[in-house]
Amino acid sequence: MTADANSTYLPSGLPIPVPEADGLSAPYWEGLRQGRLLVQRCSHCHAWQFGPEWICHRCHVFDPDWTEVVPHGRIFSWERVWHPSHAALRQHGPYLAILVEIPQAGGVRMVGNLLGDPLQNVVIGADVDGVFEHHADSDPAYSLLQWRVRGLDGV
Amino acid sequence: MTVRAQAQRTLRGRVAVIGIGETDYHRHGASPDPEFKLALKAILAACADAGLDPREIDGFASYSDERSDASRLAAALGTRKLGATTMQWGGGGGGCCAAVANAAASIFAGLADCVVVFRSLAQGQYGRFGQTTGIHKISGEKAYLMPYGVLAPPQRFAMRVRRYMHEHGVRQDALRAIALASYHHAQANPRAVMYGKPMDAAKYDASRWIAEPFHLYDCCMENDGAAALVLVPAARAGEFRSKPVYVLGAAVGSGYRAAAMPHNSPLYASASFDTVAPDLYRMAGLGPSDVGVVQCYENFTGGVVMALAEHGFFKPEEANEFLTVENLTAPSGRLPLNTSGGNLAECYMHGLELVLEAVRQVRGTSTSQVLRNDVAMVIGGPMVTPVSNLLLGSEAAL
Repeated sequence: MTADANSTYLPSGLPIPVPEADGLSAPYWEGLRQGRLLVQRCSHCHAWQFGPEWICHRCHVFDPDWTEVVPHGRIFSWERVWHPSHAALRQHGPYLAILVEIPQAGGVRMVGNLLGDPLQNVVIGADVDGVFEHHADSDPAYSLLQWRVRGLDGV
Repeated sequence: MTVRAQAQRTLRGRVAVIGIGETDYHRHGASPDPEFKLALKAILAACADAGLDPREIDGFASYSDERSDASRLAAALGTRKLGATTMQWGGGGGGCCAAVANAAASIFAGLADCVVVFRSLAQGQYGRFGQTTGIHKISGEKAYLMPYGVLAPPQRFAMRVRRYMHEHGVRQDALRAIALASYHHAQANPRAVMYGKPMDAAKYDASRWIAEPFHLYDCCMENDGAAALVLVPAARAGEFRSKPVYVLGAAVGSGYRAAAMPHNSPLYASASFDTVAPDLYRMAGLGPSDVGVVQCYENFTGGVVMALAEHGFFKPEEANEFLTVENLTAPSGRLPLNTSGGNLAECYMHGLELVLEAVRQVRGTSTSQVLRNDVAMVIGGPMVTPVSNLLLGSEAAL
């Protein structure tokens, strides 16, 4: 699934995510650009790890592999943000950020926005599917991973 | 290690606080003084409180990327020599007790004899924590958060609190009681920025959401000011003007992979005290029932709920019953909390104002004095890592 090229959940002007100078997270951000969710998984002990690190936290093998994961998860927590803490959000109104747990990737969690009505009732534990949101016109271009409640396609 | 050597590995009773001081507290951007001048004023006030010649200071301790440099302070004050200078890693108020612990450890280890712990903050001069400006590209932890509008501290911590409320059935009323207790105490405290600005339940309920579950009054203020305290070896405590207040224990840190980012700490719905609270009680040889009064860093009220539970004052499932205004207010609530008004209503001095208030409680000089004041606790920086905590006490508590 790909979001409408002209439609992003939040207005432009927020900080643009880029890899660190040492390139640690470059595969993750490049994966999102290609519509793929990549998460570190140690080739030796198979521990999952997100955010990325240079070493497996469990067995200390360096440079854990990047493994593609189907972006299916469930809502672990959520917040509805009302106060704009950035100029780009000043006229925008409330929005939803959620913390998504991905059971098939060792339960790693990632933050995204919950697509649809910002005033919707949010249920912890609800299943969500990932939606890649491409900011192709940004400089530099980047992509985000957003989420929508499963069974609510076309919101 | 010998038994004797092990017994010596404690701060209990080794070090005393002999002076406290602060500047006037201002709304953010309202300080007439630059940050470094605020630091100097607070340090001199603490020395005056002790009756100490500031030139005797030979150590400085701070935290949270304090900008007022220790060597510059020593030169500005003309201190005769400089010994240990320590800076605690980590942001927010997580270091407000750790800085005291580092100062005390420096003294106990013989690296300094008279250490000032201080924090200075002029947000008008250097910018606020609550607004994100001037960032075009972002890497690291914030890259996984900021593009999604998770920018400022309320947004960074709301989901942690929401999860805790979900796991333990904590209601909004529990958060509200913490805010009301702080505002209640601030009305007796002329230093407090919110002195003369009382709050009640209706005003809290009607206040705007910042990031659910945080109303405006669940969030700390942002302020300008500085605060300081002076520590010396316990053996010297009697040489100074004020009733000495002793360090009974301190602990610093966090549990297993608490810093796994973004939002990937295994114990997510936590204030990060799962190891640090037991460490504190062990060093002090005390338990929750010995504590008469608590100052707990309120970045957000929800973090206070977690932190108090993790220090054993109630079980998470008991939070709704325990956290009432009646229980949390001086002089004789079950657990008087944030008796100066704290970060919510006295001043956001990054938690150091809480340490000063704990000293006042043990001395018996608080504007909301509690009856049980021989043992006072300070809890710094819930939900960040590293966090820290502190037990202070009177001579009778030694």
